[in-house]
Amino acid sequence: MKNKWALAGGGFLVLICLVGIFAPLLAPYSYKAQDMDHILNTPNSKFWFGTDGLGRDLFSRILYGARVSMAVGLISSSISLFFGTLYGLIAGYFGNKIEVVLMRTVDLFQSIPALVLMILVSVVFNACRFFEGSELLRDTLGMILALSLMGWVGVARLVRSQVLQVKELPFIEAARATGASDIVIMLRHILPQLSGSLIVMLTHLVPNQILFESFLSFIGLGLQPPYSSWGVLANEGWRSFRTFPHLILFPGIAIFLTMLASQFFGDGLRDELTS
Amino acid sequence: MFFLVRVLPGNPFDTEAAVSPEVRAHLNSRYHLDQPLLTQYLIYLKSLGGGDLGTSYRYQDQNVMDIISEALPVTLKLGLLSLIFSFSLGIPLGLVAAQFHNRWQDRVAMFVAVLGDCMPTFLLAPVLILVFSFYLDILPPALWESPKYYILPVVSLGIKPTAILARLIRSSALDILESDFIRTARAKGASEKRILFHHVLRNCLIPILGVSGTLVAHILSGSFIVELLFAVPGLGHYLIESVIDRDYPLVMSLALWYAVVLSLSQLVMDCLSSFADPRIKPS
Repeated sequence: MKNKWALAGGGFLVLICLVGIFAPLLAPYSYKAQDMDHILNTPNSKFWFGTDGLGRDLFSRILYGARVSMAVGLISSSISLFFGTLYGLIAGYFGNKIEVVLMRTVDLFQSIPALVLMILVSVVFNACRFFEGSELLRDTLGMILALSLMGWVGVARLVRSQVLQVKELPFIEAARATGASDIVIMLRHILPQLSGSLIVMLTHLVPNQILFESFLSFIGLGLQPPYSSWGVLANEGWRSFRTFPHLILFPGIAIFLTMLASQFFGDGLRDELTS
Repeated sequence: MFFLVRVLPGNPFDTEAAVSPEVRAHLNSRYHLDQPLLTQYLIYLKSLGGGDLGTSYRYQDQNVMDIISEALPVTLKLGLLSLIFSFSLGIPLGLVAAQFHNRWQDRVAMFVAVLGDCMPTFLLAPVLILVFSFYLDILPPALWESPKYYILPVVSLGIKPTAILARLIRSSALDILESDFIRTARAKGASEKRILFHHVLRNCLIPILGVSGTLVAHILSGSFIVELLFAVPGLGHYLIESVIDRDYPLVMSLALWYAVVLSLSQLVMDCLSSFADPRIKPS
């Protein structure tokens, strides 16, 4: 029973990724094409999810939004995972003063609420006028930077606590006795022990980053229209949801389903890997 | 954080177009913006030490402290009410789920918890507003004036912590229900009700306190969106505005306040858990 749900969740996530990659082929219209004869249409057979205030097809914009949301979520999670793991490995393995200094830095990051830090970082990055030519690239990179800066903290904590347990195991002592260097022990012996919990961590990280991406875009600090991400769509929908609820419901449901699928998939994976 | 904010290109007075150079120079020197960064930082630290958070650039002649003392109680009230909401709903939900493990009550409770966990605020809030304010017309859709206005924001903010708590309580209660002292209690003839409230709930206290720091962090982060959605005049509302306006003192102090509230609440949780379980020593 549980596994069926997990499979369904995983399948849905793959589907969303494919939709994001092939959005230009799948979408019936372009994300910025305006049809001035059909403004603020409610869902109908021509525009499946209706149209927004500028006559853009909401279904197409959600497909294109999947692209940005998934890309930002996946890339920033991978970056967080990479640096968090490295950081946690070093802190946990060497211990002593290195650990104290490194973990105090983590505490410092944790004392600032995630959203406050992300807001500051993305504002600074956007204002620095990198990539003048492409706003899409600049905003996306800004968000990835802000999200990664938040994401690695949790990973580092988790990895450190696991390293503390693993490094006391007899086979590590054996490896050391045979003369393996610190780097070999860390990468060849300790890291593989963590792979299960890292994969589970990733399945929790990605939906969280997608959610934070939509938060940033929602308050107007992420991607800017006419580009589309689920947060941008929610932001646009919010302004007129009282009269046209479909504008916020569809992007909201897209995020909700993605979160739900990741939850099932992550739980199923955890049961598989830990039992 | 100070440097991060100041690195921002653009000056708060850039936008006031029709200002003569002399006036701008005067404004800059009044707020020490013509000094090197390090000097600015030292001046800031000095006034901070004296308890002065500075004057907002945007809200003319309004001390940052005044703005905060107006907005902080609103945010705190919203946060505390949401915390109370999530405790009073999440704990019973988790206990019921554990008590009726794998029966329909468990399934319903966990279904609610998963939904609450995955529900993004900007899906839940519009749905609540549409249902309760527009179709049923019993609750106001926005603002923060009387307890009636509190209900929808508090529910939107509290739903995620509720879900986290319910799942946590369920799993720890299941562990506890299998332990030896519960069998002893049953053998002595304690009623199910007494076991649940006296034995299980007490032992759930430690994991609850442990996760409370995370809950507070969730609520603080979530309060931005909720304050924005429901037009609640709290700190988050001001923070987003002040970031966009480059209102340095306000951004700095608001970020500082968030950090202070979060750290304080985590300190309180640590103290409480060493009080609840004397084996945990405060370091």
